[in-house]
Amino acid sequence: MDIGSQMLHALIILFAAIFTDNILLARFLGMCSFLSVSRQVKTAVGLGLAVVMVMTFTIALDWLAYRYILQPYAIEYFRFILFIIIIAAFVQFIEMVIERYSPLLYQNLGIFLPLITVNCAVLGASLFMVIRQYNLIEAVAFGFGSGAGWMMAIVAMAGIRERLNNAKIPRGLQGPGITLIIAGIMALAFIGFTGVLSGR
Amino acid sequence: MNLFVIPIAIISGVSALLAAALIFAERVISNYGEVMLNINDKEKEFTVRGGASLLETLTDQKIFIPSACGGRGTCGYCKVKVTDGAGPLLPTEEPYMNAEERTAGIRLSCQVKLRNDLKIEIPAELLSIRQYVSTCEKIVDYTYDIKQFRLTIPERQEMKYTPGQYVQVLAPQYEKSAEEVYRAYSISSDPADKKAIELIVRRVPDGICTTYLFDYLKEGQSLNINGPYGHFYLRETTVPIIFIAGGSGIAPIKCILHHMQNMQNPRKAIFFFGVRTTRDLFLVEEMKGFESGLPDFKFIPVLSQPEPDANWRGATGWVTTAAEEYLKNQTEARTYEGYLCGSPGMIESSIKVLTGFGIPDDKIYYDKFS
Repeated sequence: MDIGSQMLHALIILFAAIFTDNILLARFLGMCSFLSVSRQVKTAVGLGLAVVMVMTFTIALDWLAYRYILQPYAIEYFRFILFIIIIAAFVQFIEMVIERYSPLLYQNLGIFLPLITVNCAVLGASLFMVIRQYNLIEAVAFGFGSGAGWMMAIVAMAGIRERLNNAKIPRGLQGPGITLIIAGIMALAFIGFTGVLSGR
Repeated sequence: MNLFVIPIAIISGVSALLAAALIFAERVISNYGEVMLNINDKEKEFTVRGGASLLETLTDQKIFIPSACGGRGTCGYCKVKVTDGAGPLLPTEEPYMNAEERTAGIRLSCQVKLRNDLKIEIPAELLSIRQYVSTCEKIVDYTYDIKQFRLTIPERQEMKYTPGQYVQVLAPQYEKSAEEVYRAYSISSDPADKKAIELIVRRVPDGICTTYLFDYLKEGQSLNINGPYGHFYLRETTVPIIFIAGGSGIAPIKCILHHMQNMQNPRKAIFFFGVRTTRDLFLVEEMKGFESGLPDFKFIPVLSQPEPDANWRGATGWVTTAAEEYLKNQTEARTYEGYLCGSPGMIESSIKVLTGFGIPDDKIYYDKFS
């Protein structure tokens, strides 16, 4: 494959990860923070940006670790442990860097970073990357796309929930109940994109 | 053999490498150098290593800010005023601040990190708070559920407290508690005694700290305390005083009475001490001693449920009712100052009684157990 078509393929993967194969709405990964931190658009944007950043970088690191550490020794089955260690270490590291050099960014993203270590969407993206046998560029595109898709979903959900504050909801459905129903409807809506693009 | 060794070695190696990288990064990146901490407009100044939280740094400098959660940002007690250098309010602090505190620059000291020079203001009394490794010298049984603990202050150290104030006792980790907890107890001893303080403690069923004190602490063992804290102390006026206390609430009042006796304070004072039965009554002889030692002091123990066979001749009923009866017969009841110490219920009904006689709220001082 020449560079041009490779780039095109990466771009397709990126958009597929955002729309047709959204990691949250199609794969239901990263639900816990999706449900708990989607009360306000402002915080949802903060968490979303942090997820995009962490996913993009960790998927590249995980790809390198898989290719150059796990594969040569044929111990791919250790990828779960290794990936999670890398994600945790990276989040710690990035938190330190942001705190040191950009107080403003830390103000907006910093407190969400520890939440991300336990966001299964981040690990999930790295595992999909292995299953689908992406190369490094594709993996980064997929990581960025998955993060962006996750962010889009949580920001949309936060926007809806802000409006729900003014809605009359039966008592039994308030809180997590109505949120899960909305997540389901959003997922149904995203089925509409199915088949438009495929990144596999 | 290799099937196990190599994979484990590789994974452990990578983990160790990442850990080392993180430690290195922390040294380099999170090194904020030395920063200047300026307290109360240069009343105290420290040059400290940056990077830690303000609460930790102040504790290292032996300045103790009250904190119950240990710096996790969940209790909201460790508030200090930061006048310069803290940056904007963090989302983790917002829930604990009202509008007034936000504009005044109040921050949670456990959330503020020292990244640059900082100017803060803390109340003067917090500056005199120290930590002491005291020794439990003597434990005395007062009743079936109240004990007195005598704690010696280490030599060359002295606790300067105002009679009526309290200290925090650190119950360490022990069988029944996985974490260290601080609990507050009033000082009950004679302030002239500089070598030791005494605390009067009632056992709280399943209480972490009282169980430690009652069942685990032995005479001769050491106990970490810090203090003094609190605004419950005798105001320097000449008006008559009414003390009302229930159970172990007698502690700060006993300390105040010692002080009054040392100073031969001529103020008129009366003390209503409420307990349930004769089994709960203690320190009666000492209080009678104050009656003869002080120019104008009366002690009235009040039993709410005296045993029928106890032959109790003193006052009965609620301690607040007894106080009410007394004030009814005073011509100048509204000039009294009220000092209350006990359970929240007792305090609230006492306040109701006292304000009913026209005693203003700001002349009623209390120490509420919670």
